[in-house]
Amino acid sequence: MKRTLLAVVLVTGAFVAVFLGTRFGTVHLSTSEFIAALFGGGTEMHRNILFELRLPRVFLGLLVGGGLALAGSVFQALLRNPLAEPFILGISGGAAAGAVLVIALGLVAAGSVVLPAAAFAGALLAILLVFGVAAAADRRLDVRVLLLAGVVVGSFFTAVIAFILSLSEARAVRTAIVWMMGSLYGADWSNVAVVAGYTLPAALVLLGLARALNLMAVGEETAAYLGADVEKVKRVAYIVASLMTAAGVAVAGVIGFVGLIVPHGIRLLVGSDQRILLPLSFLAGAAFLCLADLLARVVLAPIEIPIGVITAFLGVPLFLVLLRRSMTG
Amino acid sequence: MTFEALDLAVRYGRAHHRALDGVTMRVPEGALYAVLGPNGSGKSTLMRALMGVVRPEGGEVRVGGKETRAWTRRALARAVGAVPQAEHLAFPLTVRDFVGMGRYPHLGPLRPEGDKDRAAIREAMRRCDVVELVDRDVTTLSGGELQRVRIARALAQEPSGLVLDEPTASLDIRHEMTIFRLLRNSAERGMTVLLITHHINLAARFADRFLLLSEGRVAAEGGASDVFKEEILERVYRWPVAVETDPISGAPRVTPLQESTAS
Repeated sequence: MKRTLLAVVLVTGAFVAVFLGTRFGTVHLSTSEFIAALFGGGTEMHRNILFELRLPRVFLGLLVGGGLALAGSVFQALLRNPLAEPFILGISGGAAAGAVLVIALGLVAAGSVVLPAAAFAGALLAILLVFGVAAAADRRLDVRVLLLAGVVVGSFFTAVIAFILSLSEARAVRTAIVWMMGSLYGADWSNVAVVAGYTLPAALVLLGLARALNLMAVGEETAAYLGADVEKVKRVAYIVASLMTAAGVAVAGVIGFVGLIVPHGIRLLVGSDQRILLPLSFLAGAAFLCLADLLARVVLAPIEIPIGVITAFLGVPLFLVLLRRSMTG
Repeated sequence: MTFEALDLAVRYGRAHHRALDGVTMRVPEGALYAVLGPNGSGKSTLMRALMGVVRPEGGEVRVGGKETRAWTRRALARAVGAVPQAEHLAFPLTVRDFVGMGRYPHLGPLRPEGDKDRAAIREAMRRCDVVELVDRDVTTLSGGELQRVRIARALAQEPSGLVLDEPTASLDIRHEMTIFRLLRNSAERGMTVLLITHHINLAARFADRFLLLSEGRVAAEGGASDVFKEEILERVYRWPVAVETDPISGAPRVTPLQESTAS
């Protein structure tokens, strides 16, 4: 009952977030201007604001937010560690190193695809490195090694970033730092399409693993006895969740807290059954990031606040309230 | 359902000694088969090899006459329920959801539980006497409750064989007896049960056949009269024992004596 109610609330929340994210922004539109533009009337500028700036951004927020929350939930189950989040295995470090490198080299102006492509390549490199180390022994994927290798690879890329930035000029450093804090700025339909192309199939695969991921909570040996093909589940979950994260990071930078706090919040509300937890995490992450982006745009408009700041400012108090409520029963 | 090992050898990684070396045994259909032996004698390894989570270095293991590695994990889980010695739950779960995991091999990735699944879960919980715990969080259960819930999960798989690794470790008399009787009843119903245990006297009383392991090798195998001999047990456990007939149960009773003669 509680689960159904929460699902309804979250779906409604996502629709409200889409509406608000489209209705409001840096440029003020009156209600009549908004309605006119929405139905293909009004000025061309207003239509552009709606359809070329705000809508792609709203959809990108839904996809990236949903993907991060879902990936966080999957990593927590896979690593059997409640502190896990999508970036724990070095993906953010790899992506940021790729992004910072092209920013420092001044290649960003060469085209809008350069930055996401470099970030994605960096993320892929991190995934391959971590996977290569963790799957080396006996061709089994050891999740403890995965965690250690991920953290170490992440730290290595942090050092790479520091090295590149120390040699860069001030403007590049600023651009790099803003990118690293995450933003949906610059969203257009083409990157919405690319991210959707990764996120939606990945989400379906991961939802299909929900029952097997439930078994992982009792440990690998028992999961095998209960009929799970443990090695396959681990490989598929790690690769698919990582690629989904990499696609999100490539276009939106390193947006923190969504992948950690959303799955925990949902777990506190409805328990740990992945069949419920995974889809609700996706919905909640989508609505949450969409709203966070709206606030990032309008609170100090025309200045945009990095979205990671908003997700932390909103997510942490919300999470602490849920946590306290769960402790007091 | 039968369990067999033929000249089984297992080695962990690059370990110098084999964990199992030349073990041959056969658990006949419908038997309650007790695997005994000191700590580190290879009992749990035998279970892992039988269930296909460690690969034999040599020899083979068979479940239901078919080599273990020829089974898919899902089909094996429908045929045999296994309860390992310990497991650590990463996230809190209710007893109902925990026992419900036993239905995994019967369900596809998306199909929800049906009436048949719910009936199997109810029946398993009833047999293990955990019905009243249904809404409890598994992490808050006592040792005896947890073991019964774990066995209920294995029974919810509706298997024809059961493999358990020390299910009565650290349980009190009442809980020990409940579990041994449950396993005896399961065997009476035709289920093949392989039980790893240190409760040598309860095993003597309830089991049909016995395997005594020592340093990865078979020290004795067969009925009670083949295995419960003072000289065999003293050699394997390196402690003097007396074997008598228990006047109440009529089964052999092993009593450790006061002084160790081991050097």
